[in-house]
Formats: sequence, C-alpha cells, structure tokens
Amino acid sequence: MSLTPDQLRRIALLARIEVSDAEQRGVTERLNAVLGLIDQLQAVDTRGIEPMSHPLDGRLPVRQRLRADEVTEADRREAYQKGAPAAEKGLYLVPKVIE
Amino acid sequence: MLNSTLSALGAALAAKQVSAVELTGLFLARIRALDGKLNAFITVDEEHSLAQARVADERRSHGAAGPLTGIPVAHKDIYCTRGLRTTCGSRMLAAYTSPYDAHVIERFDAAGAIQLGKTNMDEFAMGSSNETSHFGPVRNPWDTARVPGGSSGGSAAAVAARMAPAATGTDTGGSIRQPAALSGVSGLKPTYGVVSRYGMIAFASSLDQGGPLAKSAADLALLMNTMAGFDARDSTSLERPAEDYGRELNLNLAGLRIGLPKEYFGDGLEPDVRACVREATRWFEGQGAKMIEITLPNTALAVPVYYVIAPAEASSNLSRFDGVRYGHRAGEYADLAEMYRRTRAEGFGTEVKRRILIGTYVLSHGYYDAYYLQAQRARRLIAKDFAEAFARCDLIMGPTSPTTAFALGAKADDPVQMYLNDIFTIPAPLAGLPGLSIPCGFDATGLPVGLQIMGDYFAEAKMLGAAHRYQQATDWHLRAAREAPL
Repeated sequence: MSLTPDQLRRIALLARIEVSDAEQRGVTERLNAVLGLIDQLQAVDTRGIEPMSHPLDGRLPVRQRLRADEVTEADRREAYQKGAPAAEKGLYLVPKVIE
Repeated sequence: MLNSTLSALGAALAAKQVSAVELTGLFLARIRALDGKLNAFITVDEEHSLAQARVADERRSHGAAGPLTGIPVAHKDIYCTRGLRTTCGSRMLAAYTSPYDAHVIERFDAAGAIQLGKTNMDEFAMGSSNETSHFGPVRNPWDTARVPGGSSGGSAAAVAARMAPAATGTDTGGSIRQPAALSGVSGLKPTYGVVSRYGMIAFASSLDQGGPLAKSAADLALLMNTMAGFDARDSTSLERPAEDYGRELNLNLAGLRIGLPKEYFGDGLEPDVRACVREATRWFEGQGAKMIEITLPNTALAVPVYYVIAPAEASSNLSRFDGVRYGHRAGEYADLAEMYRRTRAEGFGTEVKRRILIGTYVLSHGYYDAYYLQAQRARRLIAKDFAEAFARCDLIMGPTSPTTAFALGAKADDPVQMYLNDIFTIPAPLAGLPGLSIPCGFDATGLPVGLQIMGDYFAEAKMLGAAHRYQQATDWHLRAAREAPL
C-alpha cells in the first residue's frame, strides 16, 4: 500500500517528528519502498501460530522476573539533571502547558 | 605487539615485558596516527585511559591481576560510560555524558581493562554501513573508499586497523557479525539474555544483544568471560551459572554435524564469497565433520519481519528523546508540542526518523494486527525453522553477508537494498540464537569474507571452539588490513 499525504501527517504527529513540506515527498517515497518490503508478510499463512514477543519463547522457559517493591536507588537527582537542557530547583523546565 | 592476541598481551603484561601504561600508549599512538583517515572513534580521552592504565599497573604489582587487567578495550558508543561522553552516533546525544556505567562497562572496569575510547557507529545502531552516524562515516581499513559494515563499524574498523586489540559491539540484526565480516575481524553475538542490556542504549529490546569483536575466537572467549553474566537490572537477563567460554577451544571436529542451509547459498551471493565459504566448510569436512544439507524455509521472511518488529520497538524506545530530561533541545518553538517535534526532527538523522515513522505506523490503530502481530507470528515460523534444524545438526555454517564491503554511498539512498543485504544475519536474533563471524578468505579485489557460524541456545563455547580450530589452521584473521599496515 502507499501512504497518502494525510497518513504521513498523522504518523508524523503520532511520532512527534516534524516533517517539513520540502521533505514530504522524499520521505513518503522511501517509506513506501519499505512498506512494500514488509507487505510481503500479508501473504504468509500464520493461522494457528501464536505471536512471539520474547525471542526465547517456545524453546526455553521464559518468565517475567519481578523484584520486590522497595527502594533500591539512592537519590542522585542532581547528577541526573546535570544533562537536562533546562532544569531549576530540581525541576525540569518545559514551555508553559496550562494557561 | 599491535598484532598480538589478548592472551599474548596478557602474558607480556604478566612477564613485565610491557606495562599497561606502555601498552595503552602504544594503541593511543596508533589511533592518533590512523584515525584521521578511518574515523573509527568518536571520543578518545588519553588522560582517562592512561589513568586507568596506571591503576591496572598498580593492581598487578599487588598480585591482583586477572586475564584482562591492563588490556585496552574500545567500546561502542552505545554503552553508557560515566567518564566519557556517550553519543550513540547521534546529534541527539552529541553532548551527553551518562551519570552511570553500563553493566558491560562495570564488568570490564572490574576486570582491570582499560577504556581505550568510544567507537563510531550507525546512529542509534540503525544501519549496516556506518554511514548514518552523525559523526561521519567510518572507512574500511582494507579499502578506505568502502564501508566497514555496521552498526558496530567503528569497533570492527578499530580492531581491523589494530588501533584496539578488542572492542565491544551490539547486534540487533547483524551489527556485530556483518561489520566483523566486512572488516576482516572476529565477532560474536551471544544468545539473547547472556549479556546485560543495562546501560546499553536501547534500539529494539527483544533483539538487542551485546558482544565482543576481536582478532580471534580465543580472544572472543576471553572477552565473553568478562562480559557475560546475570544482571538484575535487565529484566531479560538470564540467571545462569557462570561459564568458561573457552572450555571447548580444543573441540573435536570429528563427527561434528554441520548444517548448510540451502537458502544461504542461493542467488544473490557473490561468487567469491560463495567460494571462500565453501572452502572453509570443506576444511571442516576434512577434519571429519559431517556436512548436512538443511533447509530454513522461512529465511526470506526474516527481513520483512525484522523491519516491522525492530522499528516498532525502536519507535517506543526512542520516545524518551524529547528534549526534556537529556540530550538535544530545539532552539525555537512556540509550545511544548512544537518543542517535541522540532527537537526530534533536528536531533535524529534520516534513517532513525524513517524507522520511528515505520514503527509508529505498524503500531497505529488499524494496522497493529496486520503488521505487528502478523510479524510476530512469522517470527515464530523463523524460530521453528531453527529448532527443526538444530535437531539434525550441532552448528550451522554459511556466509555472514552476501557481499564483501560495498562502496561508501552505494546503498545510502536506497533503504530496501541496504536492508536486504542483512538477509543472513537477521534470522538468528529473531530466534534469540547466537552467531559469530570469522574471516575465511578474500575476494578477487582483496576484501575480507566472513564465515558465519550459528549455534543453538548457549552453544557459544562450541561455536568458538569450531572457529578456534579453523583459526589454528588458517591465518586470515592475522592479516593486517591493507590501508593500516603494521
């Protein structure tokens, strides 16, 4: 299938990536080439096959490991915020959201 | 010294023929001399490396040295390092320094290895040529007009040019094995869950696996003994007893059942690659191994399956890069939504954006079942192929890549051609299986060819044993790259 300009706009919005008008044609063209590749899967008969989300599923016992719900980390807020584009008084700064 | 194996370097350190400071200095000088041409490193901090080397020498003088103490190791710039910036090959993280170390880095530090620098890579490990790096392409040390492979192209080129005796990499769809093949070095992608993903910047979490690149299989075994191990901070890390990856280096090849999948020797394989791989398998046959023709009938589905699953997982993983907590933030924006959109448009390169968009699409309402669930079902078919094959053979052999190193720019603008080139390396990670690549000859123009050896879950020691036996009888792996003479 081929993407329409509306579909591309919708995907770009969901992905939070700005696609300029100048880029649109080239982006669509290459996305369509990739969609052509993955569309080959539509012809595969997978009736009765369970989706596989863990790569070892099926051959090895896979279980979700959960840890006890307790504090395991020390407070390193300052170190973590050192790389933030804008932080102040322990808070991350972003443009105003609520008027 | 530059062309020595890790065990030889370890012996020289132990015999006090060389100090860790001298050895580190030797490789730093080599990097200084060659990296202007090859661009294999993004960050080198000589003082940091030499300070670690002094500590290693001190440790040795106290009699507390292990096999890797004082050995310099280059790290793919996907592993978070507290002391060196971590860019993941992206503008998004061009100025990022991690507040913590990856588990793999902790393990090498604890072993007394020296961080030699951070190697160049395709942006967020998305690429097979190292051309998607924000820091420019890496050049192949055998022919600087060609790519080294990717995404761990900097690591492969660094080892090939003997700028580092060993390096770390990560493999999602071939990112250790393919650059190892194209650059003429040895590389291992372990079983999924063997090496912790903690602090390894995520691309596709159900596929990503760290592993080593080095000159020889014996060196890979030594590196695995340090890299592998349970880590509670990675939810898919496997709880298994520690193993010695070098325990089968003297593997008896007589009676070993080697599967040759017919799908790996079909059309599209360069004749020289076919000839080198065939000659290598004939060598194993000469040692008494039993060649078994097998079929992996769903091989052709691997690339389409991968290009649904990997972008889907990437679109989710990379949503964290929003210009709020770390990394790049756009300079101009009117509101929060625009800040996100512009930050991501500026911070990510073309290939990364393409994969995020594909992933977003296949996960979006109305397409999830047709693409994502269908790909996960087909993924199980691929895993079943391998399960049936490994009921009949101990190892599978074939080419790592259908071609030798291609020219810079040759596929850069054609994503589908680039993706299809990974046809032989994509299946193993979809099934979580280990695979390695070792040099097995050269094509008519003198470019290295890689032999891929795949094994069942946790068969790394056996795979390394087969590779080691081959490397004892051949010297492909010890040849110096043409444009980086010793």
